[in-house]
Amino acid sequence: MYEVIWHGRGGQGVVIAAQILAESAYLQGFKGVTSAPTFGPERRGAPLTASTRISDTPIRTFSQIERADIVVVLDPTLFTAVNILGSLKPTGWLLVNTSQQPDELDVTAGINVATVDAAAIALKFHLIKEGAPIVNTPMLGVFARAAGIVDVEHMEKGLKWKLSGTAAATNIAALRAAYEEARIKPGTSQVP
Amino acid sequence: MSNVQIMTGNSAAAWGARLAKVQVVSAYPITPSTSVTETIANWVERGELKAEYVRVESEHSVMTVCVSASTVGARVFTSTSSHGLLYMHEQLHWAAGSRLPIVLCCINRGVGAPWSIFNDQQDSIAQRDTGWIQIYCRDNQEIIDSVIQAYRIAEEVYCPVMVCYDGFVLSHTMMPVDIPDAEEVCRFLPPYKPHTLLCAEEPRNINPVIFPWQRRDAEGVLRDGYMDMRWKLQHALEGSAAVIARTSRDFAERFGRDHGGLLWGYRTEDAELFIAAMGSIATEATTAADLLREQGVRAGVVGVRVYRPFPREEVRQAFRSAPAIIVFEKDISYGYEGALAADIKAALYGTGIAAPIHNFIAGLGGRDVKAHELAEAVRASLAAMAQGTRERQTWLNCVTE
Repeated sequence: MYEVIWHGRGGQGVVIAAQILAESAYLQGFKGVTSAPTFGPERRGAPLTASTRISDTPIRTFSQIERADIVVVLDPTLFTAVNILGSLKPTGWLLVNTSQQPDELDVTAGINVATVDAAAIALKFHLIKEGAPIVNTPMLGVFARAAGIVDVEHMEKGLKWKLSGTAAATNIAALRAAYEEARIKPGTSQVP
Repeated sequence: MSNVQIMTGNSAAAWGARLAKVQVVSAYPITPSTSVTETIANWVERGELKAEYVRVESEHSVMTVCVSASTVGARVFTSTSSHGLLYMHEQLHWAAGSRLPIVLCCINRGVGAPWSIFNDQQDSIAQRDTGWIQIYCRDNQEIIDSVIQAYRIAEEVYCPVMVCYDGFVLSHTMMPVDIPDAEEVCRFLPPYKPHTLLCAEEPRNINPVIFPWQRRDAEGVLRDGYMDMRWKLQHALEGSAAVIARTSRDFAERFGRDHGGLLWGYRTEDAELFIAAMGSIATEATTAADLLREQGVRAGVVGVRVYRPFPREEVRQAFRSAPAIIVFEKDISYGYEGALAADIKAALYGTGIAAPIHNFIAGLGGRDVKAHELAEAVRASLAAMAQGTRERQTWLNCVTE
């Protein structure tokens, strides 16, 4: 079973991203998928998480994830607000929306890192909601490229399942761009 | 032809009501139940579900609307949580006493004070003695299937059914759910035939003041007294067990999914240790059982799906060879013990089943319950049992000093 934690702020589409990943994984043939928001109230702008579990067999655990295989960060300013690395396995993947290179991030050498400027990609494809770039779908592209669990074709199918025609096309374009532009730095520990 | 969608427990409940072609829906929003009837309200407004959606000012009125609509022959649905359910309490008794086949989804949430919006099962357990059938679901597929089954059960035995599932843990977690075919559901679920029809052409006085004794009515017919009617409710609840089991089997034949009727088992055949639980914590316990078996402890799980009527015979059968029983539950009967543990012990009285029974109170007010924590708790209990501790109550992950 793969466990994924999404970090973002209220309004950034963290919950939707976790859902689309679950749906894409199901479409790819994983029998067990769950996605859950942080249980409780949500506030726009406040740090929040969502989670996705992906497994070959139906999932029989609903507890909160302690250590994820993959952690996705939609807002790099969260590193100073939340203990993001504390919820990542030492051999896991850290996927960050940032203009920085993986080398520039202050993380231990063991973990695998991928970065992409998802905000720039979103702006390029006019993926803007309430004045802010929509960074969740580009991060799905990075996920497909780096984590290698759900491939980009099924991410696209997942987006099509969730979104209507025009919205799906724009989001898919952004997802593909992020897939191409992702900067990968494998860690010194074994890949999960 | 399966139609799988990835959906929340609340979507699954709404879909169940939609497929059952409910005719009247009334609700008052409360976390975490809100999106159930929000979804249904959307369908009604868009004309996708031909139902009357009645907005009222409180949950008490919600159940009053349900009672009234069911009395005039409509198939009715509502959902609520926690304080909303407690506020309905008086009308819950009324619905059962009136023998109305209302289906209510209780999205389990803790009860104040202090305020909590998070999950435990104190709300529905506190309604145990209202005369409602109670079903506890272990995942979202079971929610949609149980809502459909609930109407067939309710309308056959003329008792209301509460379909309970854990707030947030299931209500807000998305997972694959196979949506049953609408026409197949129609064939499974015949139209509702009210036991008494109230209509303008044939006015009646329903549930007037009744006396302790039997009494002749205006036509000279000897009518039940209060106690005779109450016995009939008890008789109906007890008799519903067979109907629930049969409905579950019929559903399995038609749709290919068997949720186990009154209770279900997981890896119990050779188990040296039986975990008992209801709802999503029972699902978590199956993962704990796997962990325990990896560690050399042959654990099995008995999931109690139907809490009322309490499946006394099935519990006796399930535990007949149990060397040890550990009950995990998200409720507490203050001043005694967990409601499920108490009922299991009572069911085993006089059977000769002499297994030690430990009771864990867990996950109150949304405290996270992890499979490995359940496994650790089981090992600690087994050690204490080996030392001769036959009964014990433990609050899992709780400061008790």
